[in-house]
Amino acid sequence: MDDIRHGDRVRVVKDEKEFLGVLMPSATDFVVIKLDSGYNVGFAPEGLKMALVEKGAPVTAERLPRPVRSELPRLSIISTGGTIASKVDYRTGAVTSQFDAEDIIDAIPGLAEIANIEGVMLYNILSENMRPELWSELALCVYNKVREGVNGVLVTHGTDTLGYSAAALSFMLQVPVPVILVGSQRSADRPSSDNVVNTICAAVAATSNLAGVFVIMHEDASDDACLVHRGTRTKKMHTSRRDAFRSVNAAPVARVNYHERSLQFLADRTSRGGCELSVRPKIEPKCALIKFFPGANPKIMDYYVKQGYKGLVIEGTGLGHVASDWIPHVKKTAAAIPVVMTSQCIYGKVCDRVYDTGRDLLKAGVLEGDDMLSETALIKLMWVLGQTSDRDEIRTCMKNDIAGEIAADETKTWGTFKELP
Amino acid sequence: MKEHDYKKVGLKAGVEIHQQLNTASKLFCSSPTELRETKDAAYEFYRYLRPSKSELGEIDRAAIEEGIGTRRFVYKAYASTCLVENDDEPPMEMNLEALKVALQIALLLQMRPFEQIHTMRKLVIDGSNTSGFQRTALLAVDGQVSLRSGPVRIDTLSVEEEAAQIVDKDVYSLDRLGIPLVEIGTAPDLRTPKMVKELALTIGTILRACRVKRGLGTIRQDINISIAGGARVEIKGVQALDLIEDIVRLEVTRQLNLLKIRDELQARGARVGNPVEVTSVFTRTGSNILKKKHVWGVLLPSFAGLLEKEIQPGRRLGSEFADRAHKKGVAGIFHTDELPRYGITEQETQSLLRFLEANSRDAAVILADESAKTCVEAISAVIERARKSIEGVPEETRRALDDGCSEYLRPLPGAARMYPETDVSPIALSQALIERIKQRLPEKLEDRTQRYKRDFRLNDELAQHIARSERNQLFEQVMDLWRGQDGSIAKDEAKDAATLVVRTLEGVIAELKRDGTPVDRLTREHILDVFRLVRSKTISKEGVPEVLRSLAECDTKTADNAAVELGFTMLSERELQAIVDDVVQSKLDFIKEKGVGAVGPLMGVIMKKVRGKVDGRLVNEVLQAKVLSVLQ
Repeated sequence: MDDIRHGDRVRVVKDEKEFLGVLMPSATDFVVIKLDSGYNVGFAPEGLKMALVEKGAPVTAERLPRPVRSELPRLSIISTGGTIASKVDYRTGAVTSQFDAEDIIDAIPGLAEIANIEGVMLYNILSENMRPELWSELALCVYNKVREGVNGVLVTHGTDTLGYSAAALSFMLQVPVPVILVGSQRSADRPSSDNVVNTICAAVAATSNLAGVFVIMHEDASDDACLVHRGTRTKKMHTSRRDAFRSVNAAPVARVNYHERSLQFLADRTSRGGCELSVRPKIEPKCALIKFFPGANPKIMDYYVKQGYKGLVIEGTGLGHVASDWIPHVKKTAAAIPVVMTSQCIYGKVCDRVYDTGRDLLKAGVLEGDDMLSETALIKLMWVLGQTSDRDEIRTCMKNDIAGEIAADETKTWGTFKELP
Repeated sequence: MKEHDYKKVGLKAGVEIHQQLNTASKLFCSSPTELRETKDAAYEFYRYLRPSKSELGEIDRAAIEEGIGTRRFVYKAYASTCLVENDDEPPMEMNLEALKVALQIALLLQMRPFEQIHTMRKLVIDGSNTSGFQRTALLAVDGQVSLRSGPVRIDTLSVEEEAAQIVDKDVYSLDRLGIPLVEIGTAPDLRTPKMVKELALTIGTILRACRVKRGLGTIRQDINISIAGGARVEIKGVQALDLIEDIVRLEVTRQLNLLKIRDELQARGARVGNPVEVTSVFTRTGSNILKKKHVWGVLLPSFAGLLEKEIQPGRRLGSEFADRAHKKGVAGIFHTDELPRYGITEQETQSLLRFLEANSRDAAVILADESAKTCVEAISAVIERARKSIEGVPEETRRALDDGCSEYLRPLPGAARMYPETDVSPIALSQALIERIKQRLPEKLEDRTQRYKRDFRLNDELAQHIARSERNQLFEQVMDLWRGQDGSIAKDEAKDAATLVVRTLEGVIAELKRDGTPVDRLTREHILDVFRLVRSKTISKEGVPEVLRSLAECDTKTADNAAVELGFTMLSERELQAIVDDVVQSKLDFIKEKGVGAVGPLMGVIMKKVRGKVDGRLVNEVLQAKVLSVLQ
């Protein structure tokens, strides 16, 4: 059987009955054959005879060069993997990321009507495998593309950690063009995938009068419109729905009508060209997000400090609380590294002046995360620690808005670090 | 209708039966399997679908034809609809109840289940599935059923998801989506329309022994038909069993006529031209259908007269071309065989022919639309069909029409529309599971026949007939009326009663239908009530047809008052004695002359007076006794 490979046409005989079909990869011990009807069926290997009928021809996809249309803007698609680029993996039988940027362009012909597209495949990972170092690379990749003169950038990304990556890029980049992160909740290999609507709407947003880092996904269960969310303000709020992404504590920036290929602004934003291109990709990965829960052991903080962590974000209860037995540990930790308080309520603002515990926390040296999402607060802390180790500067940065992550009207502090990397 | 010599034309037919299973929940989610009223929809949403490639990198031709991602589908959802049905959540594992029922059916059809089954995605992008595919798993192969004319091979049995119900153009209701169904495919072993119908009936009977849904729309047949020199054509969506024979017969007619047309076209050396824009010919037309539209046409050299050739009652070769244009969104086509007509003048027709440089042996087809793109697509589809008419019969999927004819639906789907459903793990079917299901199979047809012969003393023919019949459960319910407290049946009464019930259910009702009685209005309760009256000797067996007719004709009536109205309440034995006495006294001479031989003729005289009011056998007994006493 050694010379028979997946994709070969074979004859199998089991219990005196013969079947013809193509040998398929199998995730179990069973031998899987694709019958001529297209159905896959499995045979237990015991007593199975298999013979080669014909070697399979390798599947080759033909690619035609795409004409450049000079009247259209230039967009770059940076592919990082995820459901938007996934099809079946025969190793596990499940969906994994296998498309590259060119595949995405081939799969979404409508893109060529909106812009001249160039594809870059940076990673091919599921988004749960994303890491802080990769954000830095991604930010530099976007920076280089924009410097080369593209009019907008699309980053295709798995939805699981799309919000984290959007926040990281928001802090790392100051861009005069739209940088749109887009994903899909239903895999690209199905006719009903949301990848087409999301990517088309992303291209519309990426060619619009907008600057900054945004996430675009379905507005609701229908394929009619997508919402443009600020990169620091969005969170995946549902495991599977197309409209899983919501803007939290802020209005979405715009709505894109898929059918009309049109964009309508819903909130204040920076216009295209409204800032200089700049990048600060350095990040301190040794930060952690700790979720408080009733009975949680405060020694967890001591552990992180001992492990050399440089900053902690606590996701507290309500207005930003932890149990009283945490206070001494918070105090000890905050003396060594920055500790930021956020709320597990998701919506609303942290306020530690209302209850005794809150006041004790402030005295213990906790920084209030304001109305930041806890994930955004973590990314911000990582990034700020990548820019400076000055405790006062860290405190100022964490309190002030840098990339739309806090509802504050204070001046943006993006470019004001004393110590540049 | 003309009957073909099916052996001579080489008819080969196979049937695909789709039967919904009556499980508590859907195949891949826990939503109920009840149908809802569309007006009760709680919300709706909108989606587009696009063809995607199979894992071998191919795109299915039928899928390409159905859509190119521009149709906006509306889905009606209900309070009971879940995110799986909305394609907003991965499916759950396959419903085990459905799998077991499907396996039961497979074993009843003597099929061989696979050791491991794989759920596949069968691409369907006409909007009837929110996901753009139907989940399906091939469960078993290699079975057979016996028909009177011999065994028929059952090739495949799959368990799959029902599609959403279409309620309007591109509007679908999600209540039906995902109901489990089995798809049973026979080999092309059927040789006559009658066999096709018998096969459908036989499998229907086997299915009804299992947990399946009943009623209109819960079972559908697709029929695959080919003749020698013709092509395989799949006719979809046959719901009424009565239509099956017509559909097969008319498809044979269609293929034979298409072959005749082919021969004629080849003899004439016919060809098919290229798409030509002919808008300029009609710039000043008075025809509303062409006015202010793009008009495209094609020249069909040597086709003259053939577009009007009838291929099925009311359908011509031109209809086949028009079907293709419809699929591209154009309302209709016009061809020169039928012009001038539809506001298109003789002069315009002549200009058109001149424009296309046609001669008298040629025909031309034109069509019109607001969009030039649609025109080109539609005329190209017509051209493709015209080319195939020179080659013979095209392989295709057709939709059954109510009159037994059919119209073009799409190309035959290929294997390229199959893609593994990665969200559902393969299921190993253990020998132990199969054995467990085998031990609890519903009664086999042969066993049921034997039981009817044993319990009800039915003769072999009647026992076989009712055992096979879809009314066998009703038969058993009626026969329960004759059971005593301990559940046993008095054997002496059973035979007469069972014979009467079978004849009524299988013969009388059909006869009433032939006479125009609306027997569809008879309910199970009506029939049980009528036999209750027979059981209590309120009416005689001769009264059954008239009471049934009366009930069918007036649905507010009860069996009791129908019997009273018809005067069918039974005579007492004393009343019968008096009537018989009267007749015997008036025919004394006749009796003396004929002796015992007078009983027969006198039976007729008396039965005329008492039919429906007394059992004939009792009349015979009383009459014989009287005659004998007179003779003595």
